Amino acid sequence: MTQKPATRAEAERLFAAFQAAGAVPVEADLLLPAETLLDLYGEDIRARAYVTNDPLRGEMMLRPDFTVPVVQAHMREGAEPARYCYLGEVFRKQEHLGNRASEYLQVGFEVFDREAPEAADAEVFALFSGLLAGLPLRATTGDIGILMAAVRGLDTTPRRKAALLRHIWRPKRFRALLDRFAGRAPVPVARQQLLERLAAGSPADLIAQAGSFIGLRAPEDIAARAAALIEDAGAAPIAAPAAALLYDLLSLQAPAQAALTHLRGITPLLPAIEPAVDRFATRLAALTARGIDTATLAFEASLGRTSMEYYDGFVFSFHGPADWPAVASGGRYDALTAVLGQGRSIPAVGGVIRPGLVAQLRGAV
Amino acid sequence: MLKIGVPSKGRLMEKTFDWFGARGVTMRQTGAEREYSGAVDGVDGVELVLLSAGEIPRELSAGRIHLGVTGSDLVRDKLADWDAQVVELAPLGFGHADLIIAVPAVWIDVDTIDDLDAAAAAFRAAHGFRLRIATKYHRLVREFLTENGVADYQLVDSQGATEGTVKNLTAEAVADITSSGETLRANHLKILSDGLIHQSQATLYAARNADWAQAQGAMQALAARLGIVAPLFA
Repeated sequence: MTQKPATRAEAERLFAAFQAAGAVPVEADLLLPAETLLDLYGEDIRARAYVTNDPLRGEMMLRPDFTVPVVQAHMREGAEPARYCYLGEVFRKQEHLGNRASEYLQVGFEVFDREAPEAADAEVFALFSGLLAGLPLRATTGDIGILMAAVRGLDTTPRRKAALLRHIWRPKRFRALLDRFAGRAPVPVARQQLLERLAAGSPADLIAQAGSFIGLRAPEDIAARAAALIEDAGAAPIAAPAAALLYDLLSLQAPAQAALTHLRGITPLLPAIEPAVDRFATRLAALTARGIDTATLAFEASLGRTSMEYYDGFVFSFHGPADWPAVASGGRYDALTAVLGQGRSIPAVGGVIRPGLVAQLRGAV
Repeated sequence: MLKIGVPSKGRLMEKTFDWFGARGVTMRQTGAEREYSGAVDGVDGVELVLLSAGEIPRELSAGRIHLGVTGSDLVRDKLADWDAQVVELAPLGFGHADLIIAVPAVWIDVDTIDDLDAAAAAFRAAHGFRLRIATKYHRLVREFLTENGVADYQLVDSQGATEGTVKNLTAEAVADITSSGETLRANHLKILSDGLIHQSQATLYAARNADWAQAQGAMQALAARLGIVAPLFA
């Protein structure tokens, strides 16, 4: 899709503003190795990105976002701290008929800084807020770090915590697991029968009775999970008050300052979230210092859980008309830098703006 | 002229001819026995187009045929937003097959999608790559697994003999069509108890994108003969 002159002009304006804010412009390949992105995002990304085949390099993907190549470049050769910006096309396959763009410009800003993560969060949000000021947009913030801290602090088995953390970005699945671990949902009949069968003999015997052994998944792997299932069946449910707090947290939506007051109120009951709530308070102070009115700024504890699964702290989005995708969005992705950094990691936060949508809001296209 | 696409060979073609024949619409191959041309008697203005069953969804999507008979699995897998592109006019009651997920029978710890997801997480941690599911139904399987919140898997393409991929160590599980389950059992696989992705059968579809201006009369006559409701856009 050819970019309209007004879109290009808006993109250049944002790009210049990011550079004025101290960011170094970086370039990224349009064709990225599919394997890295698939390992990171899972098979779902195939439904959203264009995958093509290179006779020598294998499966390649048309750049679905800049985050991965920018993080990779930083982990390879970046100095610290660093601020980067970029401007270019990204490609998103649309699986539903409609007028959502499959090719559009993104302008982005990323901060890699170990010193004061909450200050960096506030810097990015305030920069975006200033650049989008005056437009009919609704800003919403969230913090997946609080949710993760709450899960880590549950009084339950490490295995259950790991299962919940693994599915934190899949709200429906997370909810089903939590319902089961909290004893709110009955043990499914199929699981009950499975447990009865497993109780009938040693895993080795049961595997032998089941027929010819095939496949790469080893007998030890199967036996280990069978043992884990039996162990889990004996684990006590998550206590009702703790589960209730988590359900409450999942649905928390309030202006940021009120949300902080609420979180402070439940911290004595859920002490594990205290460091995360402290960070939230520090961030709100940093936002206030940058002129953001945190008494009215919207906060949703579950924001960002359905987008690409790498945000693990502060998240934000700017939404326009209800049927539009986000005009701008971003967040913190510390864990992603560890995955891509081969042993090294650095706290990172950033976001993107879609200049095409901004230009539309300005009435320029 | 109303163009109707029908599978060009085998049982699907014969059963389709039988279904229409039982309703007073005679379809037959014309020319030599192996020649892909046909004719329709009983309703005026209907042209028979013999096609590979796998290509009928694409021809419907493009609007090059007005009606088409093919498996509902193929339509749902090959067409994005399938119900915005075609309308189901009638299930034909044959060509039944279930698209299911199956794992090795020796996986005594796996019975449900939930178990598969947990096994995938452990498998990835142990082997360093995502658990492989062999299939040719990429869209249907991916949408099903996404809907059910399964992670840490990958789909590997298998256009045939899919049940053999686990033994050959090119996949850990399969998602494939089965009617009796015999081939699965013979290959030491078992179906997940909640692993039914789609129950497919041969179905008569109408294409939303076809040019219906010159086909309306024939469609009304055909619908009356078949005892079905003509699509509103026709």
